[in-house]
Order: sequence, then C-alpha cells, then structure tokens
Amino acid sequence: MPDALAPPANDALPLQSRSELRFLTCGSVDDGKSTLIGRLIADASGLLDDQVASLKDDSRRFGTTDDEFDFALLLDGLEAEREQGITIDVAYRFFATPRRAFVVADTPGHRQYTRNMATGASNAELAVLLVDARKGLVEQTRRHAAIVSLLGIRHVVLAVNKIDLVDFSEARFREIAAAFASFAAPLAFHSVVAIPVSARLGDNVAARSARMPWYVGPALLAHLETVETGLDAEEAPLRFPVQWVNRPDGDFRGFTGTVASGRLAVGDRIVVAASGKPSSVARIVSFDGDLPVAVAGRSVTLTLADEIDVIRGDVLTDPRRRPTVTRRFSADLVWMDETAALPGKRFLLKIGTSTVPVTLGRIADTLDVESLRRAPAGELALNAIGRVELETAQLVTFDPYAENRQTGAFILIDRATLRTAAAGMVVESLDAASDVHRHAETVTPALRAEIKAQLPLVVWLTGLPGSGKSTIANIVERKLVALGRQTMLLDGDNLRQGLNADLGFDEASRSENVRRVGEVAKLMADAGLIAIVALVSPFQADRTRAAALLPEGRFLEIFVDTPLDVCRQRDPKGLYAKAESGKVVNLTGRDQPYEPPEDPTLVLQTAELSPEEAADRIVELVLERIGAVRS
Amino acid sequence: MSSPAPLAHPSVQTDARPRENQQTIPVPRGRSGLSPHLQRLEDEAIHILREVVAEFRKPVMLYSVGKDSSVMLHLARKAFYPAPPPFPLMHIATGWDFRALLDHRDRTARKYDMELLVHGNEAATREGVTPFETETGEYSRLMLTEPLKDALDKHGFDAAFGGGRRDEEKSRAKERIFSHRSTGHVWDPRNQRPELWRLFNTRLAPGDTMRVFPLSNWTELDVWTYIQTEAIPIVPLYLAAERWVVERDGALIAVDDERMRFRDGEMTVKRRVRFRTLGCWPLTGAIASKADDVAGVIAELLDARSSERQGRLVDGALQASMERKKREGYF
Repeated sequence: MPDALAPPANDALPLQSRSELRFLTCGSVDDGKSTLIGRLIADASGLLDDQVASLKDDSRRFGTTDDEFDFALLLDGLEAEREQGITIDVAYRFFATPRRAFVVADTPGHRQYTRNMATGASNAELAVLLVDARKGLVEQTRRHAAIVSLLGIRHVVLAVNKIDLVDFSEARFREIAAAFASFAAPLAFHSVVAIPVSARLGDNVAARSARMPWYVGPALLAHLETVETGLDAEEAPLRFPVQWVNRPDGDFRGFTGTVASGRLAVGDRIVVAASGKPSSVARIVSFDGDLPVAVAGRSVTLTLADEIDVIRGDVLTDPRRRPTVTRRFSADLVWMDETAALPGKRFLLKIGTSTVPVTLGRIADTLDVESLRRAPAGELALNAIGRVELETAQLVTFDPYAENRQTGAFILIDRATLRTAAAGMVVESLDAASDVHRHAETVTPALRAEIKAQLPLVVWLTGLPGSGKSTIANIVERKLVALGRQTMLLDGDNLRQGLNADLGFDEASRSENVRRVGEVAKLMADAGLIAIVALVSPFQADRTRAAALLPEGRFLEIFVDTPLDVCRQRDPKGLYAKAESGKVVNLTGRDQPYEPPEDPTLVLQTAELSPEEAADRIVELVLERIGAVRS
Repeated sequence: MSSPAPLAHPSVQTDARPRENQQTIPVPRGRSGLSPHLQRLEDEAIHILREVVAEFRKPVMLYSVGKDSSVMLHLARKAFYPAPPPFPLMHIATGWDFRALLDHRDRTARKYDMELLVHGNEAATREGVTPFETETGEYSRLMLTEPLKDALDKHGFDAAFGGGRRDEEKSRAKERIFSHRSTGHVWDPRNQRPELWRLFNTRLAPGDTMRVFPLSNWTELDVWTYIQTEAIPIVPLYLAAERWVVERDGALIAVDDERMRFRDGEMTVKRRVRFRTLGCWPLTGAIASKADDVAGVIAELLDARSSERQGRLVDGALQASMERKKREGYF
C-alpha cells in the first residue's frame, strides 16, 4: 500500500524533456473525484510542509473520512462557492512528475454540468471518468462520456473508484469495464483504459497496488504520464489563422499567429483560404532567430514571398487540402446563456481569429445526452445541446470540428449582453458546392467602380404588395441614368419569372427569394453599378442579411410606407382581389405578416407623396451618399 | 504597536547596497531549448498577448518587477519581435519597494526602450499610511488597489496584463485568463465568461475593462525553469545573499532602508536569505537559503517545504479572501 505522504520521487531533473497533458475529470458528486485529484497531486509531486500542516488540521476539523488526511480538502471548496451563487465553471489544478506536467480541469458536480464540462473539455486532451465500483455505470457516467466525445476528446480513462469497498473484486471491475466499452462503442474514442483504483487509500493511483494482483495494467499516474494524445494536430493539413499583422516599419510585414494544425516550413506554398490568393512562406521569424519549420501549437511570426492582402481573421492554408469557406453551415451548439436560443436571433461569431455577425437559423434538433438520441426542437435552453443552422454576414473559414478541433470550434457572443452564449462545433457547410474554392480576382470591385467613376450602392425598396415599389424604382432608375449614373433594376416580380421561377410563396421560399436577390444585388454592386431592388421582402432578418453582404453605408433600406387599405384599393396587379376570392394564398399583408424596417435609411409615405416626388427623395439620398453634387 | 523606531544601523546601507545594485544576475546565455511543456506554456502566453493587442484599444502591462513580471515581459518581447511590445509598462509603487527592485525596474525599461509609467498613492503617504501602522488589508487597498484603479482610469487603459498564476493559491484556481471587470474595476464573480478553446470573448461594454493573465497555467517551478532556460534577468533579491534581517512573527524581514520601525528587543542579524516573492519590504518575509543562482533556487524549490505565498504577510496575516480583494479591484 502506498505511503500516504511519501516524498516525491525526485529523479535527477530531466526537465528538458518534460511534456504536458491537460485532462478533465468528471464524476458524480460522491464518486470521490476531489479525493482522487488530491491524491494524485499529493502522491505525484509531494505536499509542502505548510500544506501538510494545514491539511492535517483541516482533516481533523472538516474531514469526511476517518483518515488522518482527507485529500479532497486540498482542493478549493467549489461546493461552498456554488452555494454563494458564484459562477465557477472550471477550477484548474497543477502537478507534475519529472516526465510530464499536468493541468487538471476540475468541473463541479451536477447543476450546470453540461456548460462546465464543455468548457473544461474544450482544452483537454484526455478525460478521466470516475465511477463508484459499488454503483457501476450511472446515468451521469453516460452523460459525461457523451459530452466528452462531442467535445472531441479521444482518450478516456475509466477510473473504477472505491474498489476497496467491493473487496478489490476483479469480477466487479470487469463487469463495469465491459458495460462501459459497450456503451462507448459508438462514441469514437481512440483509447479507453479502465483502471481499478482506491483514491482514498491510494491503490493504483501513483503506484501499482499489491492488493489487486489480477490487474496487470498501469497505475493511473503511469498511464497519464505515457499516453500519447497530441499527434493528430500535426498530421492535419496546415491551418494558420492570422492573429495580428506586425508592421513595425515599411519594410517588415509579419503575420503572427498560432499554427492551428499541420506544419509550416520555409518555402511552403500557401493560399489565403477566403481570397484564394497564393504565396509561399519566406521566413519564420523568431526572437531566437529564424526557424526552418513550425508545427501545430507554435505561436510564430512569418513573412510571405509576395505582397498580398492578408488581415487578421484570414487563414493561411495548404493549397492542396483547403478548408471550407462559406457563410452557411450547420453546427452543434452547447447553449450557455440563461436566455434560450431562438431562430432569427443575431450574434457575433468568433471562429479562429475572425469575429463576424451571424444569424441563428433553424434549430434542427436537440441531443439527449443520456440516450444519445436527437429530438426535434424549436429552441435551445441553458445547458442544452442542439444541431442548428447558422448564416454569417461575411465568409468564414473552417474545418468540421470532427476533423479539426481548433478550426472547427467557435463561440457565439450575445450582441446586447456581450456574454458568451454558446460553444459551437461546426458540422458541415450548407452550400451544395462546398468544394468550390474561391479564385482570387485580379480585377477587384474597387477597380470596376473606379472605371465607372461611381460609388456602387444597393437601393433596396421594401413594402407591401401594391405599395408602389416598382413604380418608384423605375422612375429612380430613369433619373439616375439621366444623370449619367450606371444602374441596374432588380424587380422582384420579374426575377420570379427567371432566376427564382422555382420558388413558391411559403416562408422558406420567400426567405430564399430574398437571399438570392440580395446576392444578385451584391454582384451588381461588385460590378460597379447602382442596383435598385424592388422587392416585398417582408422579414427584417432577410433584409439585414442582404445588407450585411455590402460594406457599411452601401445598402440603403427604403421603406415604401403605404397603408394596407391604400394598397388594397390600388391593387395594380389584382393580387388583393385574387386573394379575396381565394385564387391567391399567402399574400403578404393579408395572410402573412410584414415586418416594417426597424431602422430604415428613408421612409416614403406614399399617401402624401406622388411617385415622382418619392423618386426624387431617393435620388437625392443616392447622390448625397455617393458624394455627388446635384447640378 | 512598536515603540518609536530607532534609526537603522548604518551598516545596513553600506553593506547591502552595492551588492544588490550590481546589474542583473549573470546566468550564462546557453540556449539549451525549452522542454515541450515550457514550449507549450510559452506559445499559449504569446497567443494571449497577441490576442489582447489585436482586440483591445489601449492595453498596458502591469509590471511589478517580480519574477512573474519578468517572465511576462520576456514573453511580450518574443510575441511582438522584431517590433517592441506595443504597450507601456506600469508599476504601482508604494514607496516601500525594495531599492534593488526599483533599480532593476528602471534599468529594464531603459534597456528595452519601453515606456514606464509609475503610479502611487502620494495622498495616503502624506496622511501617514505606512506598512507598520496601517492594518495590512487596508494598507494593501490604499497603496496597491486604489492607485492601480486610478492609474487605469487616468490613462483609459481597457486591458491590463498581470502576472497572476492559478497555482499561487487555491482561490485563484478558477480565475479566468481574461478576467472581466465592470465599471469601477469591480470583479463580479457571478458574471465571468466561460473560456472555451483559445477563443476568448474580448467584448467590453462602455466603462468595462479586462485583466489578462498570460501566465495562468504556469507554476512557480515553471517560472523558474523558464527563467533559467531563457536566461531572463531578475532582481538579485531572489538569490541568496548575506542580508540584514529582523526576525518578526516567525518571518525574516529585511531592513531595506532607515525607515524600519523596530519593536522592543528586535535586533538586526546578518543571515543568508533570499525572497520568494517581492512585496513591500516591511511586509515580505525572506527565507534562509544557500541558493545563490537560479539552478540553486530550482533545486531548493523541488525540495521545498513550504508554498510560495507563505512569506507574504499581506496574504498570511490578513486572512482576507482573494474574492474580497478582487471585488475591490486587486489583481
């Protein structure tokens, strides 16, 4: 039996080769988690005199065991603090042996377990799952294993604790280990090692126990010291999210960042994922001299052979094995906010070194972590895990989380409270053509605009059917052309006869209709044109999404504000009449809601303005926005 | 309370001063390379340093001149190389700092060509606040916490690096790397953000600030082995030397200048000691040691029989929870 407070095995300091392992411990309240961590720390690194004195004292006063030392008391009282309502998601503990340094993420018990575990697991390479040998696998064991797997931890230790309380029974241990193996089979773990331990007595914690001769595997500490977990990241394709551009003077332009995966060597060809611009690595600069190569995990500064545009948020990648670049993707979220997630809500998404606005789309389902089954859901409450669809305002670069834990992870930030609302793991792109990679344009939108000598804009007219959008838009275009401006009119009804001929009028189709028109308007603006859009576009979220495609100030949202009864009276296309007679369904304003703009650039009250006057207002605004002086 | 203090023994001055003022500790600059563990800690810290510079408007580095600060500054020089770190250093000086520490501070700032801001609470000093008479908790609030908050406000810094480590004591184990402070630098324990992957939420509401701890995951031993491997200059007080000390309440207090207030019967004795942490000299206990180089410190540390903050009377005597101090705006 190990001596309770043996001095550390003070080998002759091979600190030069010491490696590191970060692991997570999970278990239910009475499984002995704190005792195990306390025991590991005590046995591995030796306790200091003042700690021993205070532990002895504490054990006498507060100990829950009859032992001289209650190792759980070495850890801070997470429980007590939780009673005070303090947010503790994870407490970090440190200990080391000559071979390896350990960072233990210790997550408190039951309440908030999903959020806390996700946080602890996100930076862990291995998880120690504790079970009580008397109770065997319980519901919580399954939950913990499921969350650990979801967060991408591939190495698990099943510590079957309190083995002394089942008389060191081999049969009991085998039974629990087998039950876990069968439950964990679908969870994609690379290694699962079951170890019978007694945290309280020290058996199989730091040293093999003489009381279980039937167990031939390693003690827990020996396993933690030797398990290999870090190989995947270096073998994955190169991903280098640019963190900060270092420009001390005109001559040096260094791109700083941490290699997320793969390796970088001088001379390697790279490509900027989002722009498709190619170059190669000229130097890997460091304080200690240039490096020939840098592998995953290294924080470095590199220079490129070519002068290409690279900013924070760009990802330099292997040209042959590129990441996904898209705005629409599905992901698993662990919801961490008191306010439940609802479709349509906008957040900031931070992925790698890039932070962009994002809209939460459909919530496809939630995961029941006990049964591992997914069930349909309309919202995600605190601590729920669910599959959702997301759409960002700008392109984002990622890999599926299952392939890359660094480039597939993101957080959602609530725009109002600035709280971290969710941890996210990318599942896949929602673009049908996700393997299409952007080709760098030689002629840029700015150049096209310059040739046309105008600032491109999108003038977006929204309003009820029959409000006068098309009429006004036509006059606006005529007037702008007369002023020598280059324009393009995109009328919703006309587009529905071609580009959008496949779409109906249900909510999803309307949304898609607006999305397509928004994309076309953006292309027109990229071509250097002033695009004028006349489209009902009833939902604010859809219009906001279209606006987000353009630079700030280039999207003019014009609300053609005509009362419903006036529209019905005018009814230029006979739609209201048809709707009354049942020949048209889903008419906005009549059968479907219309959301007026929350913050329009211009409101046109057509009850008081002639179409000509309304168009003049718009033209005035356009000229003002592009800095032209009306002659 | 102690009787009026006799003036310090002249020998204290002449004996201690020249020694401590020799430049920095002569550690041979042999780059033997970092262990994978230290390399990972270094990379992580550099990532954090850069993230702050990329995402905040006006960061500052709190430079206490101690060993952790020295490591943090060294990491900053690496992170932004070949440019100098793009933020100033700030030292909160109580007026009771070791003289050797101030020398090291000024020399370091000069050598690395970095802007150094020094702030203190002159008003409190004028009102007679001293480490001898003022209750320790109140002293630390007046001389450290308040000037720190004032200085951050005065310059409009929105992020401040600190050298705090999670292993320093139990209550720091759960501290975030990015520690969010509400208006007035209040640390609201109920409103801290989860830290996932390397994705730090750096958003601030108007009036909020962030304290950032790049050395969160370092232990005392890590700091020392890193100092050794990287040959980082440190204040000589960390190494054992003959120093004039007074034994008080079980601690060895070095007599750093003539303001020492002796209690009845107290005698200065010359002892071979070093310091594990450097606070105000009247409140910082030295330990008996033979370690006169970094390797010796590491060897003693591996054999250590007491934890680091034990020598610090600010923590020990006060029994104040770190929570309370943090809510007040202490680091």
